[in-house]
Amino acid sequence: MAGVNTFEVLSPGIMSTVQDLGRFGCARYGVAASGALDGFALRVGNLLVGNAENAAVVETTLMGLRIKVLRDTVVAVTGGDLQARKGSESLPMWRSNRLREDETIVFSGPTSGFRSYLAVAGGIQVAAVLGSRSTNLSSGFGGFEGRPLRKGDIIAAAPVKDAVRFADRCFMPEAVPGYSSPWRLRVVWGPQDDHFSEEGKQTFVTAAFTVSPDSDRTGIRLKGPVVTRKPGMEESIISEGILSGAIQIPGDGQPIIILGETASGGYRKIATVISADLPLLGQVTPGDEVAFETVSMEEALQALREMEDKIDKFKRSLKERHAAL
Amino acid sequence: MAYETPVFRSMGDRSLLVELGEKIAPDVNRRVQEFMLRLQHARLPGVRELAPGYRSLLVVFDPLTIAPAELKERITEVAGRPGSAELPQAKLITVPVFYGGDYGPDLEGVADHLGISTDEVIRLHTETIYRVYMIGFTPGYPYMGELPAALAVPRRSTPRTRVPKGSVGIAQRQTGIYPVESPGGWQIIGWTPIELFDPARQLPSLLEMGDRVKFEAVRQVEI
Repeated sequence: MAGVNTFEVLSPGIMSTVQDLGRFGCARYGVAASGALDGFALRVGNLLVGNAENAAVVETTLMGLRIKVLRDTVVAVTGGDLQARKGSESLPMWRSNRLREDETIVFSGPTSGFRSYLAVAGGIQVAAVLGSRSTNLSSGFGGFEGRPLRKGDIIAAAPVKDAVRFADRCFMPEAVPGYSSPWRLRVVWGPQDDHFSEEGKQTFVTAAFTVSPDSDRTGIRLKGPVVTRKPGMEESIISEGILSGAIQIPGDGQPIIILGETASGGYRKIATVISADLPLLGQVTPGDEVAFETVSMEEALQALREMEDKIDKFKRSLKERHAAL
Repeated sequence: MAYETPVFRSMGDRSLLVELGEKIAPDVNRRVQEFMLRLQHARLPGVRELAPGYRSLLVVFDPLTIAPAELKERITEVAGRPGSAELPQAKLITVPVFYGGDYGPDLEGVADHLGISTDEVIRLHTETIYRVYMIGFTPGYPYMGELPAALAVPRRSTPRTRVPKGSVGIAQRQTGIYPVESPGGWQIIGWTPIELFDPARQLPSLLEMGDRVKFEAVRQVEI
């Protein structure tokens, strides 16, 4: 299905990419999942504008994205609050809004969080590569021509009949996540927690780490007290598969939380962020403070069920609303 | 040596690292390959991704479809089944390499470090047929071994921020090829024009785990 030109990028801001929920099944070729770093925001944004949860959206970081609207459509902005405006009006978040041809959307800078998601009715139309529309930045494929957006790019969306029926939908206010430092991220120990000294593990769960400015889509780099290995444990291990949320401790003892652009690694992982808290990783901002709280596997799964319940409840409310119309 | 039974480690609530041996060794790596095929055939519910490493397989799953404890049981059961999955025929790929000069800026440093000539480094690098142990780091990047002991060198003390696409590197007992420009810490001894990764190909990665690679020195021609 051919897309319809919907947005023109006037300025890409710090970094804007096309993402869906990620690319799976190609790790054996060294291909990482990529995908929206705040998957919860992506899913809600898509549901708000009547899309499948996994449709492609624009993920934008920090500030500066300016977009001209090329045709009447419906959009939703979710995730971090980067003060999205439509002309001089603010564009309300976590709800779907009508946009008119020739209007301009601007993301002027954060009041909370780090990344915003711009979902559009129909979903952003780019070719799926290896099963996903996410941008693989290391190899330059997928997403919009395999690269971050640039000034002048014309973005198409799949055509939707009568998209206006998706306007003015609202996500449950009580289910909107809070994004604020200091972060308390829940983790389960492992896979290599037994390679760390008792002192190192204590440091890991009691310290407040600061997010370094050299963090990017490959990982959140933390600075703080050194997390020590057991005596005799070498700096690196034999390379193995890895996925987002794993917290690796390289030779200098400073944790790195792996994000979606890495498929393998050769450092020890002391703990891994639980699925329910993964979306928060997309909103952690350089300069923020991060602490870790260990939970049991059962607590981790319970937290995930609670997150999925929010999505299910929202989907049901959309169905009821649709039935009532 | 391969382990008698797999060792499980949880990587969060949505993946299990299944270790099949302790070291970098062809028999352990073959076991990983065989085990991945078994799991593929078993089609366990909720499994989203299988990521093989030198000695382990990372199994990524949806924990709301299958609980971690149950998946562990099912994987143990699959691992214990008699017989073995038939491994696909390994490809033998010859990779042409321009050694030294601008193509291999670390060739002379490596030769100095080892106390041998650059010709000897090239001879040692091209005389072995290497096994592809895993693909990782960047899409299509082959980790290959084992390098002759006489060629073992440490990684560069300061990694380069940009290693050109096609660079052929060595580090410890491993050799690899950079499929795209990326940062990298291996000693770069040469360059190949071979295209290692193309997402539009039926098989996006030229090389797969278990394949064999032979390097061939290309005589540089004056232009």
